[in-house]
Amino acid sequence: MSTQITVSADVGPLVRQHNARGPSGEAQSLPGPSGPRGTGRRSHALSWGNLARTIATGYLPLILATLVVVAPLAWMVISSLKGPGEIITTDLTVLPRNPTLDNYAQAATTVPFVRFFINSVVVTVVGSTIKCLLAILTAYALVFVRFPFKRAIFLAILVALMVPPQVSVLPNYIFIAGLDGLNTYWGIILPGLGTAFGTFLLRQHFLTLPPSILEAAEIDGAGHLRRLWQVVVPISGPSIATVALVTVVGEWNDYIWPLIVTDKPEMMTLPVGLTLLANSDSTAQAWGVLMAGAVIVIVPILIVFAALQRFIVDGLTQGSVTG
Amino acid sequence: MVVTHSAARGTGSLPAPPPKKHHSARVRREAWVFLALALPNLLLIAFFTYRPLLVNMYYSTLDWTLGSTDATVVGLGNYLEFFTSGDAGSVLGTTAVFTLATVGGSMILGLAVAVALNQKIPGRTVARSAVFAPYVLSGVGVGMVWLFIFDPVYGVLSWVLRGVGLASPQWINDPNLSLLMVIIVYVWKNLGYCAIVYLAGLQSMPQDVLEAAALDGAGPIRRFFLVVFPLLSPTTFFLLITSLLSSLQAFDIIKIMTPTGNGTGTLIFEAYLQAFGAYNRAGYSAAISVVLFVLLLVMTGLQLRFVERKVHYA
Repeated sequence: MSTQITVSADVGPLVRQHNARGPSGEAQSLPGPSGPRGTGRRSHALSWGNLARTIATGYLPLILATLVVVAPLAWMVISSLKGPGEIITTDLTVLPRNPTLDNYAQAATTVPFVRFFINSVVVTVVGSTIKCLLAILTAYALVFVRFPFKRAIFLAILVALMVPPQVSVLPNYIFIAGLDGLNTYWGIILPGLGTAFGTFLLRQHFLTLPPSILEAAEIDGAGHLRRLWQVVVPISGPSIATVALVTVVGEWNDYIWPLIVTDKPEMMTLPVGLTLLANSDSTAQAWGVLMAGAVIVIVPILIVFAALQRFIVDGLTQGSVTG
Repeated sequence: MVVTHSAARGTGSLPAPPPKKHHSARVRREAWVFLALALPNLLLIAFFTYRPLLVNMYYSTLDWTLGSTDATVVGLGNYLEFFTSGDAGSVLGTTAVFTLATVGGSMILGLAVAVALNQKIPGRTVARSAVFAPYVLSGVGVGMVWLFIFDPVYGVLSWVLRGVGLASPQWINDPNLSLLMVIIVYVWKNLGYCAIVYLAGLQSMPQDVLEAAALDGAGPIRRFFLVVFPLLSPTTFFLLITSLLSSLQAFDIIKIMTPTGNGTGTLIFEAYLQAFGAYNRAGYSAAISVVLFVLLLVMTGLQLRFVERKVHYA
């Protein structure tokens, strides 16, 4: 360490600039800046051999990876548009000869698919809205309001983050059933409302806000609620969007709890309804109908993801990049 | 730094020190504000996340059929049955195979995809989004799509195999193959997550070290194994723990692809089947849940230790 400081002090700005980019003890062994050899290599960049290598090592893996992901989803959409004659056959054609929406119609008549969709929308919208609100309020309290046991409370939230909901399914089922909450919206929504994830994520963000802004508002006489809604929330848009979107995705895809708490078709959400469709006699092996059902479950989230993926990826990989 | 800051804060924000009497009133008012804001969420977490852990431990000591009003206390009987019958062996074995295969598969493939994505070529942002997409999709929907692909008669996979003169394996009926099938689908759904996290690790890598290794004459493969991979070890450890945790909780894909658990009875799925499947054995199911929870607790302990280490390194 000390030698490095001496070296950069002796040689001057050029090396210091180089050092600033990272630990570079190795750079000392070089006679000079790494320019000549580096640029010498790059001059070959346009040769045919290089082009072939770029395609083989650059594009080929990328195209392969993308294809492995996209192909099954494309196959789902294509198959949902085929008539039964083109699916129940070993003589396969890739594209449907006569694209038809019959599978969607049959899915909707076999089971109440429109109702599933409405249920999913209701559960997702109500559940996510309340969860986001609770997360904002709790995170604000943890960061900006004085209270004696904040560290212990935060630790309890961190631990809750790691308790899988699956472990608590049976006791929660007994509790909700005892209150006649089976096959009700509130029975589906209530047990998942407490949000450790959103609270954690927003707390981390609120901690990065400059305290001076809030102090200014405090001097102006703004109470906590006004500080929260008029100062903190408006400048935290991206973080709140991240929490909201990750919550929406989670609620829409949620499976084990709605599966257990509903057994009447008219109260099922889409993933549970898809299971019902798969189990119904008239569609067993009717892959076209099942693919139509899968499209309705998958495509809404795919659209949300395509439009707002930056927030979703940030939220889901949060905590991994800091190290 | 901190001292001057708080000093500035003390003199700047309050023109005059408030009288003591008002001060304690203010502290009390702050406490009420805190409770009003945070208590609803905290109570929900306590009631629906923490309470069930204790209740499960109580249930696990009962011989109790779900839906019936009477139950007999059997103490550790359910645990004894689990560990002395063949159940523990097969359930823990299936869990171990599923977990190790899915964690290993998604991490190795994820790293490979991350390396492919870490090049400045056009189209990589599209590829990045595409690879991540399955991670956010419904496991039930995804499982259904793959069930069709794996169908031994009408599935596209059987069609490809027939094309090269092979018969399709019986993915559903053979317990070993059905486990392999859910592993493949789970890896497909989760490798994008590993890829994106690894990609972030690759992009925050100090470039000088790589350049230095290149100048010392190390080829791309040696550079990867001797320089890049060791430098990624914090990312690898983070992914290892988070992937282990999520694989132990995998439910959607397994349930939709193998509804009765033919060869795919992992801890979480077996706990579900015992209580909500054919047997309605609530006590026994709770015991399995407790076993799973203890396992997760160990993993979480590892993760918490790791978080501390990570802060230390950063």
